[in-house]
Amino acid sequence: MARPAPTGPVLDVRGLSVGFADGRAIVPAVHDVGFSLAAGETLALVGESGSGKSVTSLAAMRLLPPAPRTRVTGSALLRCRDGAVRDLLALPDAAMRRLRGDEIAMIFQEPMTSLNPVHRIGDQIAEGLRFHRGLHRRDALKRAEGLIERVGIPDAARRLRAYPHELSGGMRQRVMIAMALGCDPAVLIADEPTTALDVTVQAQILDLLKGLQRETGMGLVFITHNLGVVAEIADRVMVMYAGRIVERGGVVPVMTEPLMPYTRGLIASVPRLDLRGGDMVSIPGTVPDPRAPPPGCAFAPRCSHALPDPCDAAMPALDEARAGHLVRCRRWDAIAAGDARGAPVPEVVS
Amino acid sequence: MTDTPLAPARRFAAFLPGPRRAAMRRPRSRAVSRFLRHRLAVAGFAVILLMVLACALGPLLIPYDQLHIDLRARFAGPFAGPHVFGTDQLGRDLLVRLLMAGRISLTIGFAAMALSTLAGTTVGLVAGYRGGIVGAALMRLVDAVLCFPSVFLLLALAAFISPNVVTITLIIAATGWMEVARVVEGQIRALKTRDFALAAELMGASARYVMVNELLRNAVGPIIVAATLTVARAILAEAYVSFLGYGIQAPVASWGNMLNNAQQYLGSAPWLAIFPGLMITLAVGGFNFVGDGLRDALDARVEL
Repeated sequence: MARPAPTGPVLDVRGLSVGFADGRAIVPAVHDVGFSLAAGETLALVGESGSGKSVTSLAAMRLLPPAPRTRVTGSALLRCRDGAVRDLLALPDAAMRRLRGDEIAMIFQEPMTSLNPVHRIGDQIAEGLRFHRGLHRRDALKRAEGLIERVGIPDAARRLRAYPHELSGGMRQRVMIAMALGCDPAVLIADEPTTALDVTVQAQILDLLKGLQRETGMGLVFITHNLGVVAEIADRVMVMYAGRIVERGGVVPVMTEPLMPYTRGLIASVPRLDLRGGDMVSIPGTVPDPRAPPPGCAFAPRCSHALPDPCDAAMPALDEARAGHLVRCRRWDAIAAGDARGAPVPEVVS
Repeated sequence: MTDTPLAPARRFAAFLPGPRRAAMRRPRSRAVSRFLRHRLAVAGFAVILLMVLACALGPLLIPYDQLHIDLRARFAGPFAGPHVFGTDQLGRDLLVRLLMAGRISLTIGFAAMALSTLAGTTVGLVAGYRGGIVGAALMRLVDAVLCFPSVFLLLALAAFISPNVVTITLIIAATGWMEVARVVEGQIRALKTRDFALAAELMGASARYVMVNELLRNAVGPIIVAATLTVARAILAEAYVSFLGYGIQAPVASWGNMLNNAQQYLGSAPWLAIFPGLMITLAVGGFNFVGDGLRDALDARVEL
């Protein structure tokens, strides 16, 4: 089921900012985030809790509470099957509903709660096909059976009639994937789809997603805070901190030569089994309160390389340090030069 | 059987200790087994079933009409002679009148339950799902209606409307939908924050689809419980209104107006009061016990 030859990105997010109303004030949660995603490409969105990665994806799906409570600006251009490019953030509600689950789909972290306990698996998978393809229940169920097989659930005909509580967590996440892929979307947003699963099951789900992506050529936005997963699945990485992109580039340059101190800290804090002894490395401090952001770089208070003059003066811009590798740091070149003089560089984790 | 595909799993489940075994069975059969463990509820269900059957078929088998007057057989005592439960001051057979009255009372009970459940569910669903100003306005309306003492509201309405089965049903339903609305609103408000509601929206489901198919389906248990208790309340309300003379009018029998009529003969013919009173007690008690049993069976927080 190959798609027509790509002509530009399938998803192009530009200048996306999200603010939440808190009383009369608006608390900014995401600032000016932009990225593009080509067909068949996997973009990993990395950052700790509260960095804005989930809000970014929910905003693109238009699943945040409506206008008075949130303010979303920017655009999210989706190239649809008919070749038209539509701005998800500007579409009327009804048109957005037609795209959701059809051209762009999403899966959540928690497969335990994302399935409705009172409906059979088959009916839940068939739902999207009935909404978007106008199929009758029986035809939709037949397609659902095929989908269940495709996501690697054995004994599909029987599983079709099972209730969610009869399946394990990994099986349920497979069901969620089958639901999301029912209408063959151009873009799949996976919000920490493996976080709630066993490590062995995680690997299976990642393999499944990679395999399905090869088959369908869909673009995959993979939200995670697990850098091991990033190395495994991503083509490109976007690191977010305090609602801003702090580093973006190909997976190899970002993982082997991280330029932003935050990314370096993240990579250094991955527990290593091959290095004996030693404490676990962590980044000191916590994410800044979005109501009272630091004056300059948001990461400066936690950064071991921060200097009062450039770092606290103003928010650094997102510079293209190397071709296709963007970093939001005033001192990246000085830090990289320090590395060259012999400071330890964290190794890649794969 | 529809669930034969799971047969191996269920056979395996037979070897697990109790709770695990229960957890592997289908939710429906688990609910049934929990209900059956509730003895009073089963007894209540049996009483109601018996009463419905008796009221439906009994009058066809008894050779008297509820309005047939036989002055020679006035105040015949119960369990002696051809009139099993005796006769009243006009010599009308008490048993057939009780059963005919039961038809009316049960009909009003079920019909009022259906109407108030429908109205309450609709209001609660919209209020719970929409929330915000719409939800607040609807729920404050519920509070306002709930503030009226329902007995006086019932009597005030009944005084203005010519009483018959349909109007009495409507009046009782009008004073009984708020409980259901509150139950449903609370359920929906809790359910709509669950991931599966968002997941359905993500699949492109419309608001109405999410409300009815995703949320309401999960609230069916509490709604059934509330509806069962509403039947008991409606039967009691009908008896109350008829007893006070605003409900079903003589000569048509209802449990309430039979009790009213029996007052004058309480000393000389106590069975005229005892039997209708017993019927009301059995019916109301039966529905309340069934409601309790259903609450335990359907509301149990054991399933995932």
